[in-house]
Amino acid sequence: MAETSRGIGGLAFDASKRARPPELNVLIALIAIVAAFELLGRLLIGDSFLFNTRDNVDGIFNQQRLEIIILQVSIVGIIAIGVTQVIISGGIDLSSGSVVGATAMISMSFAQVALVNGQPNPKGVFLEQGWVDLPVIVPVLVGLACGLVAGLINGALVAYTKIPPFIATLGMMVTARGVARWWSKGQPISFPTESFAAIGKGLMPVVIFVTLAVLFMVILRYTRYGKYCYAIGSNEQAARISGINVEHHKILVYSIAGVLAAVAALVLSSKNLTAQAGMGVMYELDAIAMAVIGGTSLSGGRGSIVGTMLGALIFGVIISGFTFLRIDAYYQEMIKGVIIVAAVVLDVYRQRVRSRG
Amino acid sequence: MTEKIILRTEGLTKHYGGVKALEDADFELRDGEHVAIVGDNGAGKSTFVRQITGVESPTSGKIHFDGREVEFKSPLDSRDVGIETVFQNLALADDLDVPSNLFLGREKIYFNLGPFSFLNERLMHTRALEALKTTGVKIPDLKSKIRYMSGGQRQCVAISRAASFASKLIIMDEPTAALGVQETAQVENIIRTLKQRGIPLILISHNLRQVFDLVDRIWVFRRGRIVGVVDKDKTTGNEIVAMITGVKSGVGDEATFA
Ligand SMILES: Nc1ncnc2c1ncn2[C@@H]1O[C@H](COP(=O)(O)OP(=O)(O)OP(=O)(O)O)[C@@H](O)[C@H]1O
Ligand SMILES: [Mg+2]
Repeated sequence: MAETSRGIGGLAFDASKRARPPELNVLIALIAIVAAFELLGRLLIGDSFLFNTRDNVDGIFNQQRLEIIILQVSIVGIIAIGVTQVIISGGIDLSSGSVVGATAMISMSFAQVALVNGQPNPKGVFLEQGWVDLPVIVPVLVGLACGLVAGLINGALVAYTKIPPFIATLGMMVTARGVARWWSKGQPISFPTESFAAIGKGLMPVVIFVTLAVLFMVILRYTRYGKYCYAIGSNEQAARISGINVEHHKILVYSIAGVLAAVAALVLSSKNLTAQAGMGVMYELDAIAMAVIGGTSLSGGRGSIVGTMLGALIFGVIISGFTFLRIDAYYQEMIKGVIIVAAVVLDVYRQRVRSRG
Repeated sequence: MTEKIILRTEGLTKHYGGVKALEDADFELRDGEHVAIVGDNGAGKSTFVRQITGVESPTSGKIHFDGREVEFKSPLDSRDVGIETVFQNLALADDLDVPSNLFLGREKIYFNLGPFSFLNERLMHTRALEALKTTGVKIPDLKSKIRYMSGGQRQCVAISRAASFASKLIIMDEPTAALGVQETAQVENIIRTLKQRGIPLILISHNLRQVFDLVDRIWVFRRGRIVGVVDKDKTTGNEIVAMITGVKSGVGDEATFA
């Protein structure tokens, strides 16, 4: 038998086909977008996007703007981590925004103080039961449990009924929003304890986001869990034949996504010091957009948390860039929609190039 | 060769709704024996493989493996008793690299943390190199995704995986269907090594030249039924073709070995 140094196969193996990491492209896009806003800012409104132009504060960068950018994407970023691993394993989760709403309402009810200015808490949900001034662990555990239940139901529906993930999680999206509205008959729930309010105070959302991102980076890259996410998203049949319990894995994946949505809800309601039934509307789409902009493929098997973090930054930069350029909020919504579609088109295009090459 | 029977099926039947894909199949394989299954497209060959490997559950019938009756609930069950299979549609994950594919579903880990166990990638990489070496398969860059490999290279990865894990039985469903001359020769060499190692093989192939080169006995399927089994030494290509097509005589001269 003939042996060749380049191995066997009709086609010569081309090492350059080992494509450069997609995260690099996302990073380049991020830098390009920042540069574009810098340029537009100087041309249109005579101000710098990135750099400090005021004499009365220190530092070369516009610290305040950078903080706002990161802070405003952190909460959705936490959701995006969960959504990323769902998409990598070939699914989708449309319920996260509503799970945020329901979780915020329910957990906030267990985080309230008894007295406001010496009067009984006017918004108190469980005043009669005396469930006030509880230790912070109670609302946190209640919240995480809400997310877990939602995720378990999503996962079980996807794994065992074989209905498309899009439909299963759409059902949860509507149901969880209903729960959020029903919980206090539409009333906002406010006045949390000091310790609950500390969860989302200051830069805490950023700290929590980055910690979770690093944790899931490691899990997806180095553990069996991560390997199975990519395997199932890549070829579910192959994963099953290789002996992976695909059903169990999917339930785990959706449960983790639900818990992460609950974490986002805790941080958000703590930061706002109130919970409202409309909280988190459309967050699921923002989270999916962050993942897709970051190079996670909607057809599964490809993506990374690093990419999603970069995608989140791009998202934050664009939104604060528009505010900086004083573009109206209505236009911002429209442009956001265009960006989401553009990211998906890019993904489809990348795929076509790949299958051709 | 021993006379021990390693695999035996009794009345194995599989219906998909109204489609009788496999009817009343009585099959047997001796230990160390290499056999081929031949038959036209849709004859039920792959269906048979799916029943004996736990991918699907048969409608009825019994399977005896290694001296006892078995009922595989999943492909994992069949793998656990030492059966390795190369399925017709490659069971590889395109977005994973070679070691990940070789060890898919049986990763090497450092210590057990359930799903969150950390993978021992270095060990898997070394073992993958060894596995490819014993099967003579050369892949320049194990770390590149399967997606970027040629059809021949992918097939060789799938076959190496089966060959290096198989202990009791190896099944290959049309392993060389998509391969060039050189890769086909390579796969045939792997099969000869398995024969030397004494591992029984079921080879499904449309290539009668290959079948006559490699196996001891030939099982013929037609329209979901086993229509015969013959020793390779006591038959001819024309006789096999006649059995496959159901035409008793007269076709012989034009029959090709393709
Ligand atoms: N999942 C299924 N559902 C319904 N019918 C099926 C299914 N799988 C196979 N069949 C039918 O069963 C019959 C046998 O198919 P099978 O794939 O076993 O043939 P085969 O002998 O492997 O053919 P080939 O040489 O083309 O691979 C065919 O008629 C096929 O259409
Ligand atoms: Mg077949």
